[in-house]
Amino acid sequence: MIEKVADNWRLRGQRYRLEGEVCPHCGAVIFPPRDICPECGKPAKEPKPLSGRGEVYSFSTVYSPPEGFEAYVPYTVALVKLEEGPMVTAQLTDVAPDEVEIGMKVEMVTRKLRARGEEGTIIYGYKFRPML
Amino acid sequence: MRKVAIIGIGQTKVGEHWSLGIRDLALQASLAALRDANLEKVDALYVGNMMSGEITGQEHLGALVADALGLRGVEAMKIEAACASGSAALRVGTLAVASGMADLVLVVGVEKMLDTSGRETTSALAMAADAEYEVSQGVSFVALNALLMRRYMHEYGWKREDFANFAVVAHENAMNNPNAMFHLRITPEKYAKAPMIATPVGLLDASPVSDGAAAVVLAPADYARTLSPAPVLIRASAVATAPVAVHDRKDPLALEAARLSARKAYEAAGVGPEAIDFFELHDAFTIMSALSLEAAGFAERGRGVALAVEGEITRTGRIPIATMGGLKARGHPVGATGMYQVVEAALQLRGLAGANQIPNARLGMTQNIGGSGATIITHILERMV
Repeated sequence: MIEKVADNWRLRGQRYRLEGEVCPHCGAVIFPPRDICPECGKPAKEPKPLSGRGEVYSFSTVYSPPEGFEAYVPYTVALVKLEEGPMVTAQLTDVAPDEVEIGMKVEMVTRKLRARGEEGTIIYGYKFRPML
Repeated sequence: MRKVAIIGIGQTKVGEHWSLGIRDLALQASLAALRDANLEKVDALYVGNMMSGEITGQEHLGALVADALGLRGVEAMKIEAACASGSAALRVGTLAVASGMADLVLVVGVEKMLDTSGRETTSALAMAADAEYEVSQGVSFVALNALLMRRYMHEYGWKREDFANFAVVAHENAMNNPNAMFHLRITPEKYAKAPMIATPVGLLDASPVSDGAAAVVLAPADYARTLSPAPVLIRASAVATAPVAVHDRKDPLALEAARLSARKAYEAAGVGPEAIDFFELHDAFTIMSALSLEAAGFAERGRGVALAVEGEITRTGRIPIATMGGLKARGHPVGATGMYQVVEAALQLRGLAGANQIPNARLGMTQNIGGSGATIITHILERMV
């Protein structure tokens, strides 16, 4: 896959601030933003930064990674149910794999997601750690 | 709309084909299907494939395979819907014949996955998931299934070892399938000791990456009997979708697209799950078997695993699955898998499944899943003679 700077730049609001949307019609909070409310189907473009707090819905420790994540193995990924409602897929950090459990309270932090070689772009974004 | 029948089937052995390229594999399966249908020409060709561009550097498979087959000038296209690409191609072929736009259609599913390293193939497979919001976080395709399996175990109280029979039964059934990738019995003990890929998914929960191709020839059912001694009727063909990302689904364990496509298929066929004699489901991972059985109405929510634990998925059980080895042991050449399911179902319905024959099989169902559950395609097939 070709690594493109623009792909990552477009997502800066989501990667650094968990910027979602709120539906002006039904009040649903939406992440990732999609401009059409998945609840009521009406246009929803009002930005809303999320708190970054949530709890672990499920998790998995990865031993066989996709390209670009070899250096991090084993790492733990999770589905995090945010307190505003949406669910997000992210890595857990600052926690040992055997300490993670479903229902654990977590909060968003900004971390390095991946670097492509010595010369490649370094990608930053959200991960979640146990709530301090 | 016209009714559509399968009048020819063909497949290559599933496995590691060092000596065959993607064109060669598609050609072998296609020629076998044409020979079975006693035809040399068709009106259209649809090629199901997921990752030829990424893995082999070759796209444009429609024209490529048509040319290789000597089908000069014929309508031909590649159809892509991740791991459901094979069934998606069959769906398009079925629409072409049903609508009257074409009479004779060749559909071939093909995939080449073993010329590259495991890591490259893992990355190519991950393209079935949401690139911006899943894959960017380091989530492999296996990990997505692992997230579902962990939650399923948590909500319904199942243990890892309860899933073992899905793999054990698939490997047992593959013993009698000469085209299967594995001819290797496994035990629950072996399952329990398998190394972890992404917890709680171990090596024996997962289907293998494979090379392979499978094909069928379609014709209007009205004159299928004049073309083939043992045609198989496509009673229903249904596609449904759900969000690509697991986190965007309201109820990740519901496999909503499977429920919708199965319901549409049952309605079209005018039958329910109790009428189905065997079910070629998408056992890419043991958790997918459980969710697919539930969504298709063979088990209550959270009880899909019970069918494995109680032995109801064997060839003599209430709902036989993976009768020729399934994705787990026949192998999972992703874009070809849906076509293998259909070819194997046709073998059962023709009474040609050998030692694995389901006695008096009349109605068979196939369900092919793209991604972690975003595109799900169900076909119901019926014996015509």
